[in-house]
Amino acid sequence: MNFPLPDFFPASAEIFVLVMACVVLLADLFKSERQGWLPYVLTLATLAGAFAIQVGTAGPDTTLTFSGMFVDDRLADVLKSCLYITVFAVVVYSRDYLMARGLERGEYYLLVLFATLGMQVMISANHFLTLYLGLELLSLAIYALVALDRESARSTEAAMKYFVLGALASGLLLYGMSMIYGATGTLEISAIARKLSDPATNMEVLRFGLVFLVAGLAFKIGVVPFHMWIPDVYHGAPTAITLLIGSAPKLAGFAMAIRLLVDGLPTLAVEWQQMLMLLAILSIALGNVVAIAQTNVKRMLAYSTISHMGFMLLGLVSGVIELRASGDIHLSYAFGSAMFYTIAYVLMSSAAFGTLLVLTRAGVEAETLDDLKGLNRRSPWFAAVLMMVMFSMAGIPFFIGFFAKLAVLQAVVAAGYIYTAVFAVLLSLIGAFFYLRVVKLMYFDEPLDNSPLVASTEMRALLSVNALAIALIGLMPQSLLALCASALGQALK
Amino acid sequence: MMDFQTAVFFFLSAILVAASLRVITARNPVHAALYLVLSFFTAGGIWMLLQAEFLAIALVLVYVGAVMVLFLFVVMMLDINIERMREGFWANLVPGLIVAGLMLAEMFAVLGAKYFSADRMPAPEAAAAGYSNTKELGRLIYTEYVYPFELASVILLVAIIAAIALTMRKRKDTKFQEPAKQIAVRREDRVRLVSMPAEKD
Repeated sequence: MNFPLPDFFPASAEIFVLVMACVVLLADLFKSERQGWLPYVLTLATLAGAFAIQVGTAGPDTTLTFSGMFVDDRLADVLKSCLYITVFAVVVYSRDYLMARGLERGEYYLLVLFATLGMQVMISANHFLTLYLGLELLSLAIYALVALDRESARSTEAAMKYFVLGALASGLLLYGMSMIYGATGTLEISAIARKLSDPATNMEVLRFGLVFLVAGLAFKIGVVPFHMWIPDVYHGAPTAITLLIGSAPKLAGFAMAIRLLVDGLPTLAVEWQQMLMLLAILSIALGNVVAIAQTNVKRMLAYSTISHMGFMLLGLVSGVIELRASGDIHLSYAFGSAMFYTIAYVLMSSAAFGTLLVLTRAGVEAETLDDLKGLNRRSPWFAAVLMMVMFSMAGIPFFIGFFAKLAVLQAVVAAGYIYTAVFAVLLSLIGAFFYLRVVKLMYFDEPLDNSPLVASTEMRALLSVNALAIALIGLMPQSLLALCASALGQALK
Repeated sequence: MMDFQTAVFFFLSAILVAASLRVITARNPVHAALYLVLSFFTAGGIWMLLQAEFLAIALVLVYVGAVMVLFLFVVMMLDINIERMREGFWANLVPGLIVAGLMLAEMFAVLGAKYFSADRMPAPEAAAAGYSNTKELGRLIYTEYVYPFELASVILLVAIIAAIALTMRKRKDTKFQEPAKQIAVRREDRVRLVSMPAEKD
């Protein structure tokens, strides 16, 4: 029996994270009472190390390894680097909150690291099997994290809801995958794309499978009508966990959409773009309108997530896939705009939930709009941070959110969907109301609670950097846009 | 006239379908669990017909031998009021059946004999006499599919960690021994010598 050893080099960041997760597991077990900081520091070191490895091993070529199940391309490098930065920020923001509630245990860091590993696997998946396993690794870790606060009945309920619906969505996804396997006889994503041009392939079964695939995907990124879990889970989970759910997994969700639909089923684009168009329009409408009625900031941000994910899908809808005579696939820059939108959203949502975390302290949750009243009196800088985030989410120029919306809308117009673009702009204007209401509450109302804000130095520093990134990338978005476009262009060649 | 294999297939399939139906209709949860054992066992038999003997044995050993026995223990230990859980089962049966029937018809229209009939799926060639699918499975898992295999093991590790994180708690009133402290104890810590004058009576 001859078997060439797989090339481990492209997967070195994944291997590093897995090994370090096991190190954290053991370190947590054997640490002494005074070394409570050990898992925290090791986790941060792991994420920093993974970032260094990812950037260090990034090459211009696409490499396949593990029998074609793992792909290392520019898209994976860019998304994974963003992933490490996001999770790093999430861990730093969450520590004080978790410590104040007795949740800061080794298990939190372990589950976060395994969730990160799951997202890495999803981003680099070139096979339905690995994509699914990565997704389950991420989901399992997150279900447990949502339920981490055992004393809270609301968290437990949210976790149950998430778990049951998530299992159903995984079932849908698996069913779709099995249909596609039935039609093409392979699970490898690039092989499926090759099979599509074969006239003997059964297109009807493929389309049938595609419906289930899109439904499963829509649930995982949380767009209407598969959005029911988002407000309840965002609201029920401890705020630190909401921060995790609301940020990094969006990057993995975007990668999943690209790998499944654009990489795997490019010539079925007409079909899936119609489905995604419907999902996008419904999400933008429902997200922006229902968010107005919310008095809980976490629920409001949950509905805002739904509308933002709808916007991101618009970018995918507008992408034009041309099969050139030479066999190459030509892509318009619309997919790059969707990627830019995802990265921009992740930056904004980590800063938004991060600021909510600053407002909490032991025994005090900051969840309702009333808690934001008069924030400017209590801390002008954090009020300014939240103002930047809200302006950016509303799409007010010169913040990153504005250019993200602009890039997507340009793509939508270029693809000829003028009415969709007008509709999206109108709904964003409606949505601007609830973002600006937050700014009004912070600057023009009297605070209900005058206690000073407590936050560690590293959290203050990182949150400030995060907010400044929202402002500065907004001033010069070209380099990030170009990076997204080139990453996708190289990945989908 | 059907051959022996087909006859066995239909025999096992009939038992499988009947047992699966009883799993959801049986009133006693212990009976339902036992019917599930029967359906696993028959499914194992069908896999055996497909020459997947390793998977068939694994199904019987793992699901019947371990998972279902554990499940039976849980069902017997927890006093579940099954009547309350299945409230509305019969009331919702008719609309449920209608929806299920419609879905079945729709799926049949797409996936019916047009694409998946037996003549479109040629039977695989019979394996040689010395062929071991256990060996073949092992070879594939540890070579071509080693990456997903490792990922599955990581998922199991996460399941263990999650279960511990969600259920293990340190209670303040738990009594336990600390041998180090017991050994380090000195006479002065426990015995107090009190000098007092002798008293009469």
